[in-house]
Amino acid sequence: MSSIHIKLKEKDCQDIKEICSSFNNDPGELINVLHKTQEHFGYLPAEIQEVIAENLNVSVAKVYGVVTFYSFFTMTPKGQYPISLCTGTACYVRGAEKVLEEIKKELKINVGETTPDGKFSLSCLRCVGACGLAPVVMVGDKTYGRVAPEDVKKIIEEFNS
Amino acid sequence: MTLINIKINGKELQVEAGTTVHQAAKKIGIEIPTLCYMNLHDLNIEHNPGGCRICVVEIAGRKNLAPACVTKVWEGMEVKTHTMRVLNARRTVMELILSDHPFECLTCAKNGTCDLQKLAQDLGVREIHYQGEQSHYKEDRSPAIIRDMDKCIMCRRCETMCNTVQTCGVLSGINRGFDSVVAPAFEQDLVQSPCTFCGQCVAVCPTGALTEHDATNKVIRALADPKKTVIVQTAPAVRVALGEEFGMEPGTIVTGKMVSALRRIGFDRVFDTDFAADLTIMEEGTELLGRLSKHLAGDKDVKLPILTSCCPGWVNFFEHQFPEMKEIPSTAKSPQQMFGAIAKTYMADKLGVKREDLVVVSVMPCLAKKYEAQREEFAVNGNPDVDYSISTRELAHLIKQSLGDIKELPDEDFDSLMGQSTGAAVIFGNTGGVIEAACRTAYEIYTGKKLEKVEFEQLRGFDGVRSAVVDFDGLKLNIGIAHGLGNARKLLECIKNGECEFHAIEIMACPGGCIGGGGQPLHHGNSDILKARAAAIYREDVGKAVRKSHENPEIVKLYEEFLGQPMSEKAHHLLHTKYFDKKKKTYIEK
Repeated sequence: MSSIHIKLKEKDCQDIKEICSSFNNDPGELINVLHKTQEHFGYLPAEIQEVIAENLNVSVAKVYGVVTFYSFFTMTPKGQYPISLCTGTACYVRGAEKVLEEIKKELKINVGETTPDGKFSLSCLRCVGACGLAPVVMVGDKTYGRVAPEDVKKIIEEFNS
Repeated sequence: MTLINIKINGKELQVEAGTTVHQAAKKIGIEIPTLCYMNLHDLNIEHNPGGCRICVVEIAGRKNLAPACVTKVWEGMEVKTHTMRVLNARRTVMELILSDHPFECLTCAKNGTCDLQKLAQDLGVREIHYQGEQSHYKEDRSPAIIRDMDKCIMCRRCETMCNTVQTCGVLSGINRGFDSVVAPAFEQDLVQSPCTFCGQCVAVCPTGALTEHDATNKVIRALADPKKTVIVQTAPAVRVALGEEFGMEPGTIVTGKMVSALRRIGFDRVFDTDFAADLTIMEEGTELLGRLSKHLAGDKDVKLPILTSCCPGWVNFFEHQFPEMKEIPSTAKSPQQMFGAIAKTYMADKLGVKREDLVVVSVMPCLAKKYEAQREEFAVNGNPDVDYSISTRELAHLIKQSLGDIKELPDEDFDSLMGQSTGAAVIFGNTGGVIEAACRTAYEIYTGKKLEKVEFEQLRGFDGVRSAVVDFDGLKLNIGIAHGLGNARKLLECIKNGECEFHAIEIMACPGGCIGGGGQPLHHGNSDILKARAAAIYREDVGKAVRKSHENPEIVKLYEEFLGQPMSEKAHHLLHTKYFDKKKKTYIEK
């Protein structure tokens, strides 16, 4: 998993500490702690995982293991406009993969990455419950249905203007 | 205790509730094949993630096959362990595992000792019907351990050793699906992690994914260089385990054959780390008595307990995990490094060779010694005190390459000046041995009396954490002993919280002490092998003419000619070290 390096402020450490103690520093609550922390910071860089590990008294390796296991957790900050592409069964059979290739080409990033200007990030998810609209692309809260590879450029331009 | 009636292959038997099918089958002599499963009886650790599915069996009334290592018996259960369906399934599982495994068996470091290879053979796999993508991970080459995760089969035995037994927390399963692998946090290399290089993960790895960083070729190159004088030292635990690599019974003592093998291989001098172990006792024992008498005189600044420092895995452990306690271990270097420091000064002078032309090789039961040997503080102008450290297994390879076998070799003695040793030094190889050796010397120095019985039986044994009282003629010393880093952690927490008071503590990173080191012949979790090695160590001690370190004539001579007194300025400079805070705290902006 690609990652960036940051320096945490004392205040950030304090915030993480509070999240951990709101779960009684219980190692069994690791997933919930990670959820709350990601909600707070937007992502989970290595430095944050180290502070969580220390507070819950588990190894950093274990925290990293959980972060990399669940696709919901991310170690890179999401872009201003997070793009999510559904690769569930219905979307997949109706050509989601071709759409994905087009988005990757257009933004010059891979899944899980963010454009250098911080504007767009790309992730895949499994079924948004709108199979009738397959293939589905979401940009932030906005949903696009029946997306063809040729539509990608136009969708991105909407947010670039 | 509830008894459960079951049938295995038509044979009726009664087993305790909670027994697994795998354990039950064992009771009637059926060994169901396993791969990820590992049972370390003496540590009370059974590793059964049920992940590999090699141990599947058929159970009447159950549609799918059941993994025997995690399926518990129930009343009336009928198991069949080797139906055609079972055998085919096992072979399929094996083929699938092998379809993502590099075919490098003939050149792999684990060739011949690989559990995966043996199992493929046992299951009669002759063809692999599946082809697909193969995983590729970066290779991680630390000075001690090499991780080649392309060969990992995700049994996760290493994780149990690292996290549960040793409590180092270095390794974890990361990612998911095809990309999953066992790795340190953030997929860093081991040198960036809190790894102690104890090598217990290597000792249990069923494949070539985790191996030692082999230095035998470097040793061969040094031996072939006419400009170099190459000397070797051998640790106490090597001589009671090396024979196993040549088919001898565990516990066979091969000291004399090992010495003659090393001489025939071409080492210019064959010395003994035991000599340096005696030297360690002189320094560490003096330090203990010094701290103790200050403590008894009421000096509040003096720190007790004193902790032994001869185990490099343990040193790495407290530097990473308990850096706030780094002032309490003895400052005495390990025997390996004491040997190196004396060899490259005193011995270099005696031999008339320049430091740069003297190559010191050590043979150790240990992989952490490889890491220790290349620590910056153990070098002079970039020239290390110990050039190469090889494990017992590597020595066996070196002997096989050069001489074939050791069985027919005559027994020979170590060379003089750094080759004589006492029984006290030999027992360094066992848990409890270092502190017993220290007591033998400290008692006589402290009381001024002769020790009637040199054995301190109360310090011996296999329990992970032990404590005993040793009577120094009225002065009662509380001694703590731990082997295995998980047990060491228990003792350290206890001291940190002020719950227990000890005067001295011995800690060894590996279960059993050095005899169970990460560089020893693989014991596959069989603790009877460890016990046989431990017994051999005590036999070797009894057979020694001198059994107390301070009576070693070569040690007496070394102090007379070179060092002066224990803890003298020269001794301090050459034989003592300091420790570093290696706990990572990188994340807070100052």
